[in-house]
Amino acid sequence: MSVDKKRRDFSGMLLGGVALVGGASVGYGVKSAWDPLPSVMSAGFTTVDMSKAKAGKLYVVEWRGKPIFILNKNKSSVEDDKREFTIEGNTYSVMIGLCTHLGCIPAYIEKNKKFKCACHGGEFDSNGMQTFGPPPRPLDIPPFKVNGNIITLGEKGEEYNKLTSKA
Amino acid sequence: MVKETDNLIDWLDERLAVKKLVKVLMTEYWVPKNVNFLWAMGALLVTLFSVLFISGIVLLMYYKPDVNLAFDSVNYTIMHEVAYGWLFRNVHAVSASVIFLIMYIHMFVGIYYGSYKSGREMIWISGMLLFFIFSAEAFSGYMLPWGQMSYWAAQVITNLFGGIPIIGDSLVVWIRGNFFVADATLTRFFMLHVVLLPVVIMGIIVLHFYSLRVPHVNNQDGEEVDFDKEAEKYMAGKVKEAKVVPFWPVFLSKDFAVISTFLVFFFYLVFFHYSFALDPINFDPADNMKTPPHIYPEWYFLWSYEVMRGFFFDIGPISAFDVGLIAFGFANVAFLLIPFLDKDKSIRPAHKRPLFKIWYILLIVDLVILTTYGKLPPTGTNAYIGFVAASVFILLFVMLPTITRRDAKTKGEE
Repeated sequence: MSVDKKRRDFSGMLLGGVALVGGASVGYGVKSAWDPLPSVMSAGFTTVDMSKAKAGKLYVVEWRGKPIFILNKNKSSVEDDKREFTIEGNTYSVMIGLCTHLGCIPAYIEKNKKFKCACHGGEFDSNGMQTFGPPPRPLDIPPFKVNGNIITLGEKGEEYNKLTSKA
Repeated sequence: MVKETDNLIDWLDERLAVKKLVKVLMTEYWVPKNVNFLWAMGALLVTLFSVLFISGIVLLMYYKPDVNLAFDSVNYTIMHEVAYGWLFRNVHAVSASVIFLIMYIHMFVGIYYGSYKSGREMIWISGMLLFFIFSAEAFSGYMLPWGQMSYWAAQVITNLFGGIPIIGDSLVVWIRGNFFVADATLTRFFMLHVVLLPVVIMGIIVLHFYSLRVPHVNNQDGEEVDFDKEAEKYMAGKVKEAKVVPFWPVFLSKDFAVISTFLVFFFYLVFFHYSFALDPINFDPADNMKTPPHIYPEWYFLWSYEVMRGFFFDIGPISAFDVGLIAFGFANVAFLLIPFLDKDKSIRPAHKRPLFKIWYILLIVDLVILTTYGKLPPTGTNAYIGFVAASVFILLFVMLPTITRRDAKTKGEE
């Protein structure tokens, strides 16, 4: 009898072990299959000619499927050094144009110099700082690098590091 | 050895015990007599699910899950080329919408008659699980035509997961399979809609039916019926005296009458009023660079959407986004918890529970308000009405234990 019992214990442990290893492997494989593909992860870089951003108007370009807001502030000096930077005498803000609440694209109201999201009523000022409603943080700043009057989105440059540095 | 048989039924019975099976599942499964047409909602839901299944199969033959092809495969191929393709699409869209209406009625019948407690908890829980999976099924299906509403609903709903601490942002990318809602998102949600979720739904439907077997169906007065004794009476021929009837053919015959009446209304919607289930904005192809000026979910999600939207301000250190998300999470589990929030053990219909009756009416009124304002732009006074209605919703559930305890006491004094 005791021999039988040991055999059963062994088959029980065998089943448990195979189920555990097999389950974990399948789980890992399925999780990985859901991961974004390599081609997606290495998604390209977008260059933007900043002279196309007219003073006071919102200029929108696409980067990694997201709208990027480029706002020419129509002034030469920087007031908020965490949200604005200057190239060739013009001050700009560059932001990912997706509401930080749930990702709708806010509309720019030129008259009031603010962004308004139609989905849940969130509002941002022209620097992308949230001023009303559910957005938990300012509009995100995409990584960018300045080269003359051209910026490259997706690459981290000096100006970007200055905007995002914590100090 | 099997016996020689001379007809198919006996032949099958020898091998599959079909006669026993029919007895267990149909002719000797007992349902109380003291029920009304509201007890037919379950059969109605099975009917609607079958309609969705069949119309879905037809649509699946022509639908193409690809960001470049999806919109035209629906709006050109299915709507214009496939014989009766437009009809199958209308049927699919209308039944997806109407199944939620019937689910809500089914739920509120259960709440009214107290059919969720004192032994019937698993019926309620499996039913609420079905509601959740159906919500996921509706959401994933809504994405497939790849119109503007499809796209932005997908954007907003997947972004909800960004509210989860630490892993939120990478979780959103993982769910979408891209940095934004893209082809990978469409194909995986297509898989969920046509395979995984329907299979899970069918499994839970079986569990839901099975969960009825032990505690049995409730009745209009919450009367505790001795099913064995009443079944014996019925089988002894005292059909009038017995308090129960067999599921088949007696109970179902009434269900069929309700289903037939319902189908007249259903096809009236399909042929003459289908537009409520097909939002005009979704006839614009998806554009990731342009949010429609005003977006809102389908009517059946408006109440929980409004509970989330109602909290548009920070509370202490918690951001408005997280407060809304917590409220949304609460709205989704609130109904699941009803059996445990109701502290009155006796099963009585709401009209015999003085405070619960008021609670029940307030809950329905609040849900109607939430649904109405959920579709309006969240600005000005709308935002404040939304806040009040959302708070009332949460308060109602917080107060339920006290209310039901009071009712239980009053009953003791009778």
